[in-house]
Amino acid sequence: MSGSRDLLHLAWIIPALPLFGAVFLLLFGKRIGEPVAGWIATALMSLAFVWSLVMLVSLLDLPTEMRASVLNANVLWSWMPAGALHVDMGTFADPLSITWALLVTGVGTLIHLYSIGYMHGDERYSRFFAYLNLFAASMLILVLGSNFLVTFLGWEGVGLCSYLLISFWFERNSAAVAGKKAFVTNRVGDVGFLLAMFLIFASYGTLNYSAVGPGARSVSSGTATAIALLLLLAACGKSAQIPLHLWLPDAMEGPTPVSALIHAATMVTAGVFLLCRAHPFLDATSSGTVVAWVGGITALLAGTVAILQPDIKRALAYSTVSQLGYMFLAVGLHAYTAAVFMVLCHAFYKGCLFLGSGSVIHGNHDVQDMRVMGGFRKYMPYTAFAMVVAWLAIAGVPPLSGFFSKDEIISQAFLRDDYALWVIGIVAAAFTAVYMTRLIFLTFYGNERFRVAGDGPGAGSGVGHEALPVISGGSDDGVAVLDHDHTAPAGDDDSDPSPTVAYGDPVPVPNGHPPHEAPGIMVLPVMVLALLAAIGGILNLPFTSMEWLDKFLEPSFRGVPAVKPDSFAQGFGLEMLTFAIAACGIFFAYKLYKKGLEYADRDPLNEKLGVLAPILGNAYYYDHGISKLVGGPGRATASWLNRVVDAKIIDGAVNGVGHFFELLSRGVQEIQDGHVRRYAMGIALGTVGILLYVVLWIGR
Amino acid sequence: MEYFIFFLAAALALAGALGVVLLRNPAHCALSLVVTLISVAIFFAQLGAALLVAMQIIVYAGAIVVLFLFVIMLLGVDRKESVEEPLKFQRPVALALGVILFAEVVFLIGHQWATGASSSGTTHAIHGGGADLGGNVERVARSLFTDFLWPFEITAALLVLAVVGAVVLARRSGESVEAGAAGTGEAS
Amino acid sequence: MPVLATTIDAGWYLVLAALVFTIGAAGLLTRRNVLVMFMCVELMLNAVNLTFVTFARELNDIRGQVIVFFILAVAAAEVAVGLAIIVAIFRRRRGATADDLDLLKDPTA
Repeated sequence: MSGSRDLLHLAWIIPALPLFGAVFLLLFGKRIGEPVAGWIATALMSLAFVWSLVMLVSLLDLPTEMRASVLNANVLWSWMPAGALHVDMGTFADPLSITWALLVTGVGTLIHLYSIGYMHGDERYSRFFAYLNLFAASMLILVLGSNFLVTFLGWEGVGLCSYLLISFWFERNSAAVAGKKAFVTNRVGDVGFLLAMFLIFASYGTLNYSAVGPGARSVSSGTATAIALLLLLAACGKSAQIPLHLWLPDAMEGPTPVSALIHAATMVTAGVFLLCRAHPFLDATSSGTVVAWVGGITALLAGTVAILQPDIKRALAYSTVSQLGYMFLAVGLHAYTAAVFMVLCHAFYKGCLFLGSGSVIHGNHDVQDMRVMGGFRKYMPYTAFAMVVAWLAIAGVPPLSGFFSKDEIISQAFLRDDYALWVIGIVAAAFTAVYMTRLIFLTFYGNERFRVAGDGPGAGSGVGHEALPVISGGSDDGVAVLDHDHTAPAGDDDSDPSPTVAYGDPVPVPNGHPPHEAPGIMVLPVMVLALLAAIGGILNLPFTSMEWLDKFLEPSFRGVPAVKPDSFAQGFGLEMLTFAIAACGIFFAYKLYKKGLEYADRDPLNEKLGVLAPILGNAYYYDHGISKLVGGPGRATASWLNRVVDAKIIDGAVNGVGHFFELLSRGVQEIQDGHVRRYAMGIALGTVGILLYVVLWIGR
Repeated sequence: MEYFIFFLAAALALAGALGVVLLRNPAHCALSLVVTLISVAIFFAQLGAALLVAMQIIVYAGAIVVLFLFVIMLLGVDRKESVEEPLKFQRPVALALGVILFAEVVFLIGHQWATGASSSGTTHAIHGGGADLGGNVERVARSLFTDFLWPFEITAALLVLAVVGAVVLARRSGESVEAGAAGTGEAS
Repeated sequence: MPVLATTIDAGWYLVLAALVFTIGAAGLLTRRNVLVMFMCVELMLNAVNLTFVTFARELNDIRGQVIVFFILAVAAAEVAVGLAIIVAIFRRRRGATADDLDLLKDPTA
């Protein structure tokens, strides 16, 4: 058994492998070139996955109560011995961190493999893989860290890599801006993380996870609540929850593997991970309610926005925000294992959907607008099959994984007597079903709107050109030239137009070419993920003997009571109810979109919603609002601070010290005026003064 | 009787001092100074310092003041000095300092820890300089040539130096420099 | 035969000396004519001499008078040198006063 523990102390190898890959590829990648650089990166990731499996086995080798013990922590070196603060660089291998490590390395390997095909021909090929490896290393540092500060190191690392990868094609202004937006929004959340760490250190004198657990109740409930809410703020930034969700849809500017890996499967779950690690604070106070409501509201509102998005990636982005809301809902309800279960299943089906959409875009000559897709099932059958499986999973159709994971969370809301959140969860599930069904049917079924009217077989009801607002002076690829970057002035941008399509953008001119299937190296990971999405439910079936994930994670969540349905019938009934509502949603969307769009610019759902449509489509104008706020009063405040506080007060104080001494010396200078009689006066003054001293003080 | 002389001399001394400070014409100031010097000589006589009386008159009043007058006439600085004071606060502060200084000194006079003397004055015969032998002159001389021989000799040297220095400083710069340069030029 | 000094209390002499000294000091600070300033210095020296002689009688010590002897000699030397300097400086300038000797002042002020 000590052998297992010693092996657990070698958990640092997991992040070390991709870290080495990152450094190596940054230095030598250009020389190595395509495709070897990609294979190296993928190989390192797979090795990391293998080692994570070794860690899993070692963990299972330990008796249950020892799996989350402090002894599993390993100090690599003393990082910050600074007076009272002593922070070590170390790993902590317990069920929670190993689960996440397996997820990151496993799904990461698949996505690396996919990228070898997707990024083929890109001039910065090797740098992409260097960044991907760096990201994986940072994420693994985040989850394997033994204290809050190591996690924060990884936190910042993934933020950096997110920025680097979103703006990977930085020649495009919109990509650069999107990267910046993601980073800055994350930073706002980081303030919460930092303040929480300060509070934790002030309360406990250490930042180690081992200290936080048992001691959470020893801290005043005000402090614990503050810590929890600050960490929630940080998590909102990283996991794109309201109010810091605005960066995720724009992050779709990055290459699709990035969207899959970072913004679906791994980085955005870092917020959930952090809250799981900090669960003692949530358990000890009532801050869980806030977390649950943040998650619930986000899940619902993001779902309402996703139903009207014309861009396939943006729809998936809002879907991710919504699904993350479910995870936060679970955490807020103290159903931590349900949250982790959903993290895993979501990674599978959302990863599959993103990679699949990447294949669609790749085969569709880089057009992302679903209004000019349709009937792709014929041209890319494998991708279509995989995405259909993933669709059914996310919609919550049994016996696929989404049914067990997502519906579990919704049921937990009911079982914990939080009926408001239960209803919100169900409604959000309905929306999920609607927008995903819409996405699948617009893309793979219905009329082929990519054809110019009248030519080619299967044109279906055709595209009514009279209704199309054709873009004059159409470019060859017919991509919408609207750059919906809210901060750049319209005339300035002469870089490539963004391929991302926002609600309200005009429909691009169809280019008439049918799409083609993706190469094998891209299809394979998609299929694997589809398979996992299908069978992932096995991990935690609601039959007592098969709740493997629950049992595995239990040591990490010691002391948290699990709430189970009173009877099998009750549990089953709840889940069936959720499924029924989801099925209604699927049916509703099916009716609307089964034939595709009659006119490319007229979305039937759009018309049904009438006045509401622009509000939903523009995400409640939140983005516009923030831009106006920051650009207007925000900028004015900053300008005022610069002019008054910085220039006048602070600089004034500093310069004032100089001026003061100057004045002083100028005054003293007056004494040396050259007049001899003044000097005589000085001597006389001195003499009188000394005599005064003698008279008054000496001789007493 | 003694008091009468004292107060007379004191009045003269003060009048002379004020004259030096207040009269505008420097020549008048010099003459005022003479009055004060002579008064001080009278005090010396009262205090039993016979030698010093002679020295005061001969050296101070006779030599020093004459020197002053020579320079006054030489430089022609006998013009009347203007009454206005260009330096600010100089006069009021000088006055204030004077008052304070006087108060301090008077205070110190009155306390034994400063002066070492008891406040009551009794008539003493002044001792020292060898067991009450001889008159004042003899006693001063004896002290001078035994205890203070070394300072005496130094002072003699000082006087010589002063004369040489005065001559050097006061000569006109042009002719002397050339003469000196010519002299050294021939010698080299 | 010991010389008899007066019976007048030493304090009188001392106060008078202090007064003369003060007048001399005030004059030194107030007058602008260089020679008059010098004369004020002489006034102060005289006041000191008087003090010394008074204490010679008071403390019964001849050395008070011996010191005055020296002061007198040194004062004479000092006057000689000082006047020589004044002559050297003020030879060219008629009507110059102490205020014109301002070369020590700050050149930039």
